[in-house]
Amino acid sequence: MKSIFDKFRKIAETRQALEDSGVDCFDIVMEKVISATEAIVNGRRTILAGTNNYLGLTFDSECVDAACKAVYEQGTGTTGSRMANGTFTGHLLLEQELADFFGTRSAIVFSTGYVAILGMLSTLAGPGDVILLDADCHASIYDGCRMSGADIIRFGHNEVKELEKRLRRLGERAINALIVVEGIYSMLGDRAQLADIAALKREYSAYLLVDEAHSLGVLGEHGRGLAEEAGVEDSTDFIVGTFSKSLGAIGGFCVSKHPELDLIRYTSRLYIFTASSSPSTIASTRTALEILRTRPELRSRLWDNAYQLYERLRDMDFLLGPEPSPIVSVRLASKEQTLAFWKGLLDRGVYVNLVLPPATPDGGSLLRCSISAAHTPEQLEHICEAFASLRGVTQAAKAI
Amino acid sequence: MQRYEDILAQLYEAIRPFARDGLELEEPTDLVNDLDLDSMKVMNLLRAVEDSFDISIPLNILPDVRTVKDFALQLQKLTKEGP
Repeated sequence: MKSIFDKFRKIAETRQALEDSGVDCFDIVMEKVISATEAIVNGRRTILAGTNNYLGLTFDSECVDAACKAVYEQGTGTTGSRMANGTFTGHLLLEQELADFFGTRSAIVFSTGYVAILGMLSTLAGPGDVILLDADCHASIYDGCRMSGADIIRFGHNEVKELEKRLRRLGERAINALIVVEGIYSMLGDRAQLADIAALKREYSAYLLVDEAHSLGVLGEHGRGLAEEAGVEDSTDFIVGTFSKSLGAIGGFCVSKHPELDLIRYTSRLYIFTASSSPSTIASTRTALEILRTRPELRSRLWDNAYQLYERLRDMDFLLGPEPSPIVSVRLASKEQTLAFWKGLLDRGVYVNLVLPPATPDGGSLLRCSISAAHTPEQLEHICEAFASLRGVTQAAKAI
Repeated sequence: MQRYEDILAQLYEAIRPFARDGLELEEPTDLVNDLDLDSMKVMNLLRAVEDSFDISIPLNILPDVRTVKDFALQLQKLTKEGP
């Protein structure tokens, strides 16, 4: 007899196979979080090198104090959406500060980064419109595109000529097309070819949305992201980002020069029907944004650490992403090898992300490290030594 | 608007490099199962067909495409309407 759960059978078998292999990779528990870069995992002190905590602000004393103060003064939650329960002053102030930081007309804060990109894409584009997206875009972007009902046309990752071909084929429809790319791609850590993409956007009078989830606080002289670094903020219609990476909290936002951005509040179901961010989240995010603006040395330290890890692993002949970045992904030959390597790292007190197909861009298997400004030289050394000690895993597989 | 038979012939040409030797391409040929395509190969096949017809294929149509015939019918629509 058929069951509603039949569709889960395959995933149940996969999970069982992982458990049987002794690698319980999807049930990692941080038994005690010690700092932005350390936790107790499986009873062992473990360096966190897979948390996207780029500026290391989750334990910053100013952010923690701001969050605590907000809890005492405003309570633990808003208990509803801004439409229904009203806006707290902190929501408005954060939106003003984001608009000021990006030099845009306005900003909207969403409850998570996922909801921000989903809410923007599903509302901005609709049936009859066209979205052109880079093939390596995050699942949230694909989901938002699908929800929009627009025609979704994909171009090869960072293949600007492919994008141009698709814009040309659209003819007059290109004027309403929305190009969607990421500042830093989350799996391999490479940047979008944004200067060239923005030039095409201008040539075809299309719209451009950049998801700066992994590049806010990381790229640009002021930390505004790739659009700033590439000098194309004027050509960028919408910047979407998250508070859950460089800003060390949870939430998302969109900034834009277009006055219509404010209308998204009345049209996006993902804004209207979701509970708004808690006062403590807003307070720590506002403080983190101020730190991002006033302490550029954090960005310098992040990049020093990122270059160090990238170069050390490259010198060990690991196959890495195409360019140094705070996301350092190591590609291994097989799923089995990657699982063994990942477990080996964990046994040596290093936590990185295990990324297996279909979540990877080209069907390969990755060990994805994300580096923090808060990583100490000793921690980086420990990570490098752990990778070095496991090189045998890859060599054994090569021999096979 | 191109004739269905012409589209089908052009589609066979575009797909052939992705089919294993000896596989006879026919209208009922299942694009994923018979051609044994993984997601990367599907993307490359789509790109080859797009270039052959000089059109862009929206991802939205893919759930309705299982066989070569399904694909040809969708291409007939696209070559008529754009994008």
